[in-house]
Amino acid sequence: MSVSEIIEQKLRAGLNITSITVIDESHKHAGHAGAREGGESHFQLAIVSPDFTGKSRVARQRDIYRILKEEMAGPIHALSIDARSPEE
Amino acid sequence: MTNPVFNRIEDDIQKSDVVLYMKGSPMFPQCGFSATVVEVLNHFKVDFEAFDVLQDPALRDGIKEYSEWPTIPQLYVKGEFVGGCDIIREMAANGELTGLFEQNDIKPKA
Repeated sequence: MSVSEIIEQKLRAGLNITSITVIDESHKHAGHAGAREGGESHFQLAIVSPDFTGKSRVARQRDIYRILKEEMAGPIHALSIDARSPEE
Repeated sequence: MTNPVFNRIEDDIQKSDVVLYMKGSPMFPQCGFSATVVEVLNHFKVDFEAFDVLQDPALRDGIKEYSEWPTIPQLYVKGEFVGGCDIIREMAANGELTGLFEQNDIKPKA
């Protein structure tokens, strides 16, 4: 399974998801420190979840980081996050 | 036991109104996300203290544990964690950052 697929699967298991898009943009960072050979290091995440309603941006991202703890300590070098509630 | 680095972090984020933990220095950022936050702060013309986590492995790990936030950069205003690159960028764009600086009486450099 690709890292993008693992990210999506873990977030789907950990949160109620209205929509989720994970984009591997590692190619943009090829050669940069932290970019792994073969890519799969830099990701862009757009996620909409009712669980984010009433939560601050920091709290939302902490939820995501908690679910992806292993991956953040491992293959993910950078994860850009856009986390919204369905009404936003 | 509490991480000894926490005391140093607490001192540092109290000492200056705006503190940035980053990779590299404001003049020579070593990471695009750190560079973005430096650009935002320069755009708002606020004074800030920067700490380069690449020079200090204990700080690099300690700051992540302190804020329960696994990534660098991290911005603190008046001792409070505000966010990382995505959050700062969004707050700069929607005017929230201006509000935060005004509330805390942090004025642009003359």
